Amino acid sequence: MLKGMYNWIDERLDITPMWRDIADHEVPEHVNPAHHFSAFVYCFGGLTFFITVIQILSGMFLTMYYVPDIINAYYSVDYLQHQVAFGQIVRGMHHWGASLVIVMMFLHTLRVFFTGSYKAPREMNWVVGMLIFFVMLGLGFTGYLLPWDNKAYFATKVGLEIAGSVPYLGEYIKILMNGGTIVGAQTLTRFFAIHVFFLPGALLTLLAAHFFMIRKQGISGPL
Amino acid sequence: MAHKQDPNEKVVYVGDSRIRKRDRAPAYPPDFSAYPGKSEAFIPNFLLKEWMVGVVVLVGFLVLVISEPAPLGYPADPLNGSFIPIPDWYFLFLYQLLKYPYTSGSYVGFGVVAMSGLPFIALLLAPFLDSGKERRFYRRPIASSLMLLSLVAASYLTWVSWNHYQHELAINKVTPEHIEREEKAREAREKGLPRPVPGKEKIPAMVAADDPAFKTMQEAQCIACHGTELEGGGAPALRGVGDKLSKQEIHDTILNGRGGMPPFKGQLTEEQINSISTWLEKQKAGAE
Repeated sequence: MLKGMYNWIDERLDITPMWRDIADHEVPEHVNPAHHFSAFVYCFGGLTFFITVIQILSGMFLTMYYVPDIINAYYSVDYLQHQVAFGQIVRGMHHWGASLVIVMMFLHTLRVFFTGSYKAPREMNWVVGMLIFFVMLGLGFTGYLLPWDNKAYFATKVGLEIAGSVPYLGEYIKILMNGGTIVGAQTLTRFFAIHVFFLPGALLTLLAAHFFMIRKQGISGPL
Repeated sequence: MAHKQDPNEKVVYVGDSRIRKRDRAPAYPPDFSAYPGKSEAFIPNFLLKEWMVGVVVLVGFLVLVISEPAPLGYPADPLNGSFIPIPDWYFLFLYQLLKYPYTSGSYVGFGVVAMSGLPFIALLLAPFLDSGKERRFYRRPIASSLMLLSLVAASYLTWVSWNHYQHELAINKVTPEHIEREEKAREAREKGLPRPVPGKEKIPAMVAADDPAFKTMQEAQCIACHGTELEGGGAPALRGVGDKLSKQEIHDTILNGRGGMPPFKGQLTEEQINSISTWLEKQKAGAE
């Protein structure tokens, strides 16, 4: 039955080559932790993606309760954490996952750096990877404000002051991020939009490019 | 395409176009099926093995999530002047870096651009800066040592920043709000009371409002922070404070200050402090 459905679609769209490209390639021995235990360092990239998926899923559930305005933001977080079934777990996963994804990405970056895997022909993939790193830091920074407690508020205030101290452009960046001259109602809605729509959109595009290049170029060979 | 290709032909058919054949070999490497060794299919063989690693990480992650609830402090109060700001841990090194004499104040442009911006741009362009063919890190001493140096520097800055934060908490006798909040929730739970939601607590009525101590407090500007009716504001509400603190504790707080509160030693006489703390101690929820 499933095979029948697959064949029906395959006849019309010829999806088999796509499937072979995504799934049916060989993985070399030197990155396989089952053959060489030290090859677990090659898992950090996959784990980063795994945690990213957790972040996207838990974030989707959080937005079901979260309200991005300065009166209700804090109380909606308080409510979803303490009153909603499994809310504590979902918010916990999103909170700790944000740190873990940075850790994993950092380890992945170090592995790529110290194995020299960014060398020709993979320069572009490193650049895309660094852009992913910056987007992740941006997600961390914007997400930190959303619970709208004192820690969030004052960290954002300091962060935007630092952004404001960039020569020439700083003041414009600060006003753009603030949505005005102070950290306030506009900043919260702005950070919410950036955190939920702009940066995830950029992240998914960059991830697609990252994975496309890995498939195209293969994993770098053994040292 | 079914037709045979002549390897010496300079022009080939691709789809329905005739294009010039490239002389250069492709820059991308050969497929790994061409490599010797025990390679295996990505799905399902390899992915299942990687999933094992994923499961170990997932279990550790969920243990952390369940044992440590995500922190939440008190609602943001832009007028709170005594809050000690702290970014998330992975920004600490940057936060600390921009505190040194030559990276802050009138040098902050240098700190932001040269000390923070340039290293990140260098990292972004690493493959073009370290463009030799050699991949092993011990054969690329400059790139590797710069990276190791950055790692040590970032770890050190993070450590200094965190230590400084702990130090500031200690000298100001401040408990981080999310911890204080959890403590209060736990105490309420143990007493069988509903969980307090910060900013939405019912403040008890004032007890013995005609006491001269209240007049003293108005004159000493206590009400500037604690609210004209002691309902709280920049500082906590004092109505109901008798449920939380003893007379002696209230007395010491007025005398020595606490957190953002200045000490009133010298500004108020011992007699005044005594009458205020006696009166505040009577401020209990069910005292009327």
